[in-house]
Amino acid sequence: MAAHDVMPDIELFQPITVEDASAIAARLDGAGWILAGGQDTYGWLKDRAKHPGAMIDLAAIEGINGINATASGISIGAMTTLRDVMRDPLIAEKFPILTQAAGRVASPQIRNQGTLGGNVAQDTRCWYYRRGLSCYRAGGNICYADSPEGMNREHALFGASRCVAVSPSDTATALVAVDATMVIHREGREKRVPAEQFFIGPAINITHMTVLRPGDILTHVEIPNTWANTESYFEKVADRDVWDFALVSIAAVMKTSGGVIDDARIVCGAVECVPRRLRSVEQALRGKPRNEQTADAVAGLASGGARTLNHNQFKVPLMENLVRRALRT
Amino acid sequence: MRSGSSDSYSGAGSLADAGGALAGSSVAAPGLHSQPDSPRTTINPNTIDKRRVLIQTIESPVVSYLKFLPYFKMGAAGVESLAGVRKVNVNVSRRRFIKGVITSSAAAATSSAWYSASAKQRPGGVVERLITLNVNGRKRPVDVLPQETLAYTLRYKLGLTGTKLGCNRGECGACTVVVDDVSHYSCSMLTHSVRGRAVATVEGLQDPSGALHPVQQAFIDELAPQCGYCTPGQLMATVALLKDNPKPTREEARQALSGNLCRCGAYDHYLNAVMRASGQATEVEQNA
Ligand SMILES: Cc1cc2nc3c(=O)[nH]c(=O)nc-3n(C[C@H](O)[C@H](O)[C@H](O)COP(=O)(O)OP(=O)(O)OC[C@H]3O[C@@H](n4cnc5c(N)ncnc54)[C@H](O)[C@@H]3O)c2cc1C
Ligand code: SF4
Ligand code: FES
Ligand code: FES
Repeated sequence: MAAHDVMPDIELFQPITVEDASAIAARLDGAGWILAGGQDTYGWLKDRAKHPGAMIDLAAIEGINGINATASGISIGAMTTLRDVMRDPLIAEKFPILTQAAGRVASPQIRNQGTLGGNVAQDTRCWYYRRGLSCYRAGGNICYADSPEGMNREHALFGASRCVAVSPSDTATALVAVDATMVIHREGREKRVPAEQFFIGPAINITHMTVLRPGDILTHVEIPNTWANTESYFEKVADRDVWDFALVSIAAVMKTSGGVIDDARIVCGAVECVPRRLRSVEQALRGKPRNEQTADAVAGLASGGARTLNHNQFKVPLMENLVRRALRT
Repeated sequence: MRSGSSDSYSGAGSLADAGGALAGSSVAAPGLHSQPDSPRTTINPNTIDKRRVLIQTIESPVVSYLKFLPYFKMGAAGVESLAGVRKVNVNVSRRRFIKGVITSSAAAATSSAWYSASAKQRPGGVVERLITLNVNGRKRPVDVLPQETLAYTLRYKLGLTGTKLGCNRGECGACTVVVDDVSHYSCSMLTHSVRGRAVATVEGLQDPSGALHPVQQAFIDELAPQCGYCTPGQLMATVALLKDNPKPTREEARQALSGNLCRCGAYDHYLNAVMRASGQATEVEQNA
């Protein structure tokens, strides 16, 4: 045969229950790789940058795909495609920022195949790391991005600890804003983790973006009604409207009464290894009207504590401007 | 953001430009990594472990229970010939099967360790397996590796070279096919994931009498393609769009085709063709 596929040799399991998937993954330990839509996975494999021995495909598992209303909110199966998330009327009605965030991921074909679980569990897009270089995140002892010659336009303003990579997921930002809970199957038991704690920075674990470990399967994302039907704003700034990852994104939800903000959750993507809650902005907003003056007054707080790298200073005003835009009506 | 540019459906720069903006493609240097043919294992059907064969029997009525499929040293050749021969007690076979997985996993772990040790060396543990695909309404039996992409199977095993490969990384759309009426990058999905689903490629658009599909005819009438390399992908994205939304607005069409790059920059021509194919006006927006 003249032409060759760029996929490496690798085994494939297609279990039909979460328990079996988890058992296989635990058994294979680091050699097993959970496969959802594959849109993050295949790049790693084709580039020979990660070398798992087997893929454990979750597609045949029933009960972890689909969107359901529950007594307290919405439950979304981890295997639900981004296409289904962005087309779901219930999500659009209650949590439009999730609809918008899902709709801004990659391209239509990637959303048709990629899943919500894969989107939140995907690995960072630092190109040194994706290239397969042995940087800190890959278990080595250097960061190529945070070096004098490093190309770090996409990298972090906050929370760096040797690694300066950022959270790549558009839906993660929205899910932290609406205070979602990640439901994880771990060796026959269910573990529930708030979205905010699901994502972890390099100071906690430099080789993992989330709390998921081999054998853990994310089964559902649950969104409580706490922030349903509140005022909200989502925007993603990227080089191109299709394919490109966020340079900075913002997801905000606000509870207001009589035009005054009672409470808010405001989260920025692509400025830290985890979706970054802008707590000082949230605090400053309480009791203020949602308008231009408030926006101008609090926007500067967004970037407090930012530590810029050689090529990412532009993210500071970008963050502040996104906060302004989120607070205008 | 360069929105407003007519260089693409979605405000993208030209492809030359996009090369850099495809964040990292210059670093990650996607390209065709050649790799040696994996050895094709031929196994005498009579010597195949019957238990495994039963598990692998995908055409059998108990298929939904038996989707739990490992690909360990499984001889592809004999599988279908034995398919359905035996009645399987679902519970028993499934329990046995899980046992089978656990014993085999040691082999997988070993081969992966070996694999990581040297990317060039092949564990040789993965083998092709005979499955039947539904492509353009026809049953197509084909031997498929566990990791094989649909684009690869279509082009190099079924001879359907109308589906193009551009980037092989989900970044261009040249490989777009339609699976169960939804557009997908065939370079970025496993062939094993389309078992039991309807795959449509550009070869299947023409009707058996030879008449072109209305979308193909509209593409010609509007002189949509320039070099034509992205055209099969643009056609398939359009077919999926019109199935879902027979009368899209130009903006909806722009969105639906936004996952298909055209290095010739023929975006507006393609949009004209989509509007024509859906029986709508094409010219008015030209200068809008
Ligand atoms: C060209 C391109 C552009 C992209 N642009 C964007 C973008 O703009 N925004 C964005 O957010 N993303 C983007 N992505 C990233 C990503 O591939 C998709 O967003 C997609 O959602 C990933 O989902 P998947 O189901 O395909 O993941 P997979 O590749 O199947 O999985 C991703 C990771 O998550 C793990 N995983 C998946 N599901 C589970 C589960 N249920 N339990 C435990 N672990 C799990 C896998 O083991 C793997 O490590 C892009 C990808 C490509 C190729
Ligand atoms: S930013 Fe993190 S992932 Fe990128 S090179 Fe540095 S250590 Fe590696
Ligand atoms: S070949 Fe480019 S998206 Fe598949
Ligand atoms: S790439 Fe040449 S016509 Fe689109």
